Amino acid sequence: MNYDVAVVGAGVIGSLIARELSRFNLKIALVEKCNDMAMGTSKANSAIVHAGFDAKPGSLKAKLNVEGTSLMPELCKTLGVPFKPIGSLVVAFSDEEVETLNELLERGNTNGVPGLEIYDRANLKEAEPYISDEAKAALWAPSAGIVCPYELTIAAAENAVVNGVEFIRNFEVKKIDFDGNSFTVSDGDTTISAKYIINAAGVYCDEIAALIGDTSIHTTPRKGEYMLCDKSIGHLANHTIFQCPSKMGKGILVTPTVDGNLLLGPSAIDIEDKNDITTCADTLSDVLEIAKKSVPCLTTREVITSFAGLRAHCDRNDFIIEPSEKNAQFINVAGIESPGLSSAPAIALYVKDIILKSTPAEEKNDFNPVREEPVRFRHMSNEERKALIEKNPAYGRIICRCETITEGEILDAINAPAGARDVDGVKRRTRAGMGRCQGGFCGSKVVELLAQELGVEINEITKFGGNSKILYDRTK
Amino acid sequence: MLNYDIVVIGGGPAGMAAALKAKECGVDSILILERAETLGGILEQCIHTGFGLHYFGEELSGPEYADRFIQLVDEQKIEYKTDTMALEITENNIVYAINKTDGLLEIQAKAIILAMGCRERPRGALNIAGSRASGVMSAGTAQKYVNIDGYMPGKKVVILGSGDIGLIMARRMTLEGAQVKCVCELMPYSSGLTRNIVQCLDDFNIPLHLSCTVVNIHGKERVEGVTIAKVDENRRPIPGTEEYIECDTLLLSVGLIPENELTRAVGINLDPVTSGAVVDEYRETSHKGVFACGNVLHVHDLVDYVTLESQTAGEGAARYVLGKTEAAEYITTKGVNGVRYIVPQKVNIRNSGDVKLYFRVGQVYKNAKTVVKYNGEEIISKKRPRLAPGEMENVIIKNDMLKNFAEGGVIEISVEV
Amino acid sequence: MQKNIICVACPMGCAVTVEIAENGDILSVTGNTCKRGDAYARAECTNPVRSLATTVKVNGGIHNVVPCKSAGSLPKDKIMECMKIINAAQAEAPVSLGDVLVSNILDTGVDIVATNHCPAK
Repeated sequence: MNYDVAVVGAGVIGSLIARELSRFNLKIALVEKCNDMAMGTSKANSAIVHAGFDAKPGSLKAKLNVEGTSLMPELCKTLGVPFKPIGSLVVAFSDEEVETLNELLERGNTNGVPGLEIYDRANLKEAEPYISDEAKAALWAPSAGIVCPYELTIAAAENAVVNGVEFIRNFEVKKIDFDGNSFTVSDGDTTISAKYIINAAGVYCDEIAALIGDTSIHTTPRKGEYMLCDKSIGHLANHTIFQCPSKMGKGILVTPTVDGNLLLGPSAIDIEDKNDITTCADTLSDVLEIAKKSVPCLTTREVITSFAGLRAHCDRNDFIIEPSEKNAQFINVAGIESPGLSSAPAIALYVKDIILKSTPAEEKNDFNPVREEPVRFRHMSNEERKALIEKNPAYGRIICRCETITEGEILDAINAPAGARDVDGVKRRTRAGMGRCQGGFCGSKVVELLAQELGVEINEITKFGGNSKILYDRTK
Repeated sequence: MLNYDIVVIGGGPAGMAAALKAKECGVDSILILERAETLGGILEQCIHTGFGLHYFGEELSGPEYADRFIQLVDEQKIEYKTDTMALEITENNIVYAINKTDGLLEIQAKAIILAMGCRERPRGALNIAGSRASGVMSAGTAQKYVNIDGYMPGKKVVILGSGDIGLIMARRMTLEGAQVKCVCELMPYSSGLTRNIVQCLDDFNIPLHLSCTVVNIHGKERVEGVTIAKVDENRRPIPGTEEYIECDTLLLSVGLIPENELTRAVGINLDPVTSGAVVDEYRETSHKGVFACGNVLHVHDLVDYVTLESQTAGEGAARYVLGKTEAAEYITTKGVNGVRYIVPQKVNIRNSGDVKLYFRVGQVYKNAKTVVKYNGEEIISKKRPRLAPGEMENVIIKNDMLKNFAEGGVIEISVEV
Repeated sequence: MQKNIICVACPMGCAVTVEIAENGDILSVTGNTCKRGDAYARAECTNPVRSLATTVKVNGGIHNVVPCKSAGSLPKDKIMECMKIINAAQAEAPVSLGDVLVSNILDTGVDIVATNHCPAK
């Protein structure tokens, strides 16, 4: 197949770029090595939309963060993705840290962050009743928010597909050739060709760039481990609570999620293996200890799951968004670590401009920016539920009891444009299996529905593609 | 709006027994709501035998035990709706439920019996480090795959937790050709029945490692192995005792939690130890006309006891509907010194019958005594050659004793060694 | 010869020691705390038996398998052999609870019977 643009990597960055480019008369492929989008950094991060006071003034990070954050509410609305503008607090526990708050405030003002304010202890206590008594002051940033990163990625990719982008799963880019005009991209079995390549491969950006001989990028996977707590303690934080930043990142935060859980993390450890998303008991217990510095009443009792994600840290310490020095038709979008999610909407526009500058394309008149929010039975009134089941009885059967997810919602997730193909894909789209029992009851039902809709035996269904099968052979 | 005298939420052994008893006590307008496709609850997948020894004096499999009650529900023409999920109960005892054919159901009940059962504790609650590879599941999920769907969830298996479900699955997987490498138990004793340790593990030479846990899960896509380690008396892994075991599956049997989301949402008082409602001797909760029984009230080890308890709740709900309840003067019950909890948590001393108190101990005792005290004074003492957390104990408070108690009194049960 | 057995006649779980002569005669039973323990230990040493619960393949049913059990006790050492026969057996839906799925398995005189219903699809 011949494309104008091949976007490598269907994370939040690649998916939003593909969507942005789908406004134009361009033939676009969104190429993903996994069985689904949002399988790397985009599925396991802090889910925070940062206000933008952290990055060095003048850096790409500073510019795109503030822009991205201002675009986020509207984008989420258009794509039917939950976003909550809850604001953030950076808490200081010493006079030295209070000093840091003032620096951050100043930097934020330079970066153009709106509404920054220093809270004294009383203001802070009022905003966060469960905050530690040791807290002295905080930097309040009203423009910060929380978003579901994988829902945003999925929605962007779905909308891109609706607007003509081809989503190619399980295509691991192993070889790229250039004939002077266009690239031939191969996964070892199949090839596609594209005039432009956008390298949005997250922690693998360096390896993809190296395929065209560009060795200027060096990505270090920086592992972050998180603990997710039950909704019953969701009220322990009203805003995203940061501690003062260090060299390795923004420290351990305590934040509500858009679904009402409480998230603690992340740790920050540089590792070698780009596949390593294992969690470590000692690290997690450190995460909890440090989180308790902010909110002392946290315990392990309410932890329902823990997970790890990798940030794509690059040596340059700023986003790298530019045509490769080796080939102007190969655009690197690398080093997208925090505030990558916050910047994503602005990054998509930035990359669009780079592409349009070298290949002017006309805007399509049938582009549809809207992706309707999927049915969320759990958020409906009884009247709405009644009407919904009358229209489609599949919504009258609960599959996931903990999160109140219906069969209809799961069928929607499977049959969506670029729909779910595995159990984790259903989970990310619907929340089935994300509750207290973590799929104990609904897991087997989800497997059955996937098999039924995909027309395969239940033992062919995987947890997340590849060899992650759930069942072996028939017993007899 | 539909109207029923009694709505029973859950059509497992608890719900069916409660409904049948209520019918026997003279209530005709009863509706059972069951979320699965058939009545029977978790018994449908518990195909091993050992059910009914107390209640029927026979050794039945789970589905056979359930079938006896399903037959009776049909004979008694008790109405039920399967594939129906109760979403909410209100202050005024209205039940909202949904299914594919009726859509949203709004049911006004005079009394509600909660019989939703329990669920298994998931991996997250344990915080086992390592990968998120496929191949980690609860023993109950594996049981469903093997016994109902007829698929193998794994070939080389490690089981964490030696509760009865874990032990039963060790045998079940072995019979179906899997290699069960070992069963690890965090505690220094198994919470499973001795009989299951002998017949599910020893018979098949499956090692049981006590004071041992899984500290790491390996494998990128499918589980490739686990690291186990010994734990100290504080249940913390002891460095240096780690051992790698190659396996493709880790089954978790690490405890059951009553499913009390509906209960909690309507504001019914829960007992922090049982994670079930606080009830009186008829299993009425803090919410008038709402009763609870079976594993949603406290986790039972034998279904026979679930049946008996649910009959009590069914009778209570019937008396409530028929206006036969006495004025109430309550005493409370309290487990102390080795007794973790007692159900019921309160007893109406105006009750005209005997009252059976069920309780559970917190550790294994040999040659101990269980002592019942009323306001500090010993009233009953029973010699017990063996007490174990896995086996529910009971004691009967005779009615003539009850009559001598005064409102506000406290019954304490303790273990004396 | 000495054989150590954990009694399962009740939850006590007594550790019983059985002394067995060369010819197989039982010389003594110790460690048990009741008569049932003695009987259990003797049976375990001479003719240990177990009941077996598993599933049988069903064709045309709502499920792939139907649960079954041995209607009586089977010799312990024949359990895995019985599994082979049961795994080779098939039933046609509908199956009713109590249906004999394998009769007189391994000439033990024991039938394998269905312990649940499996309606046709």
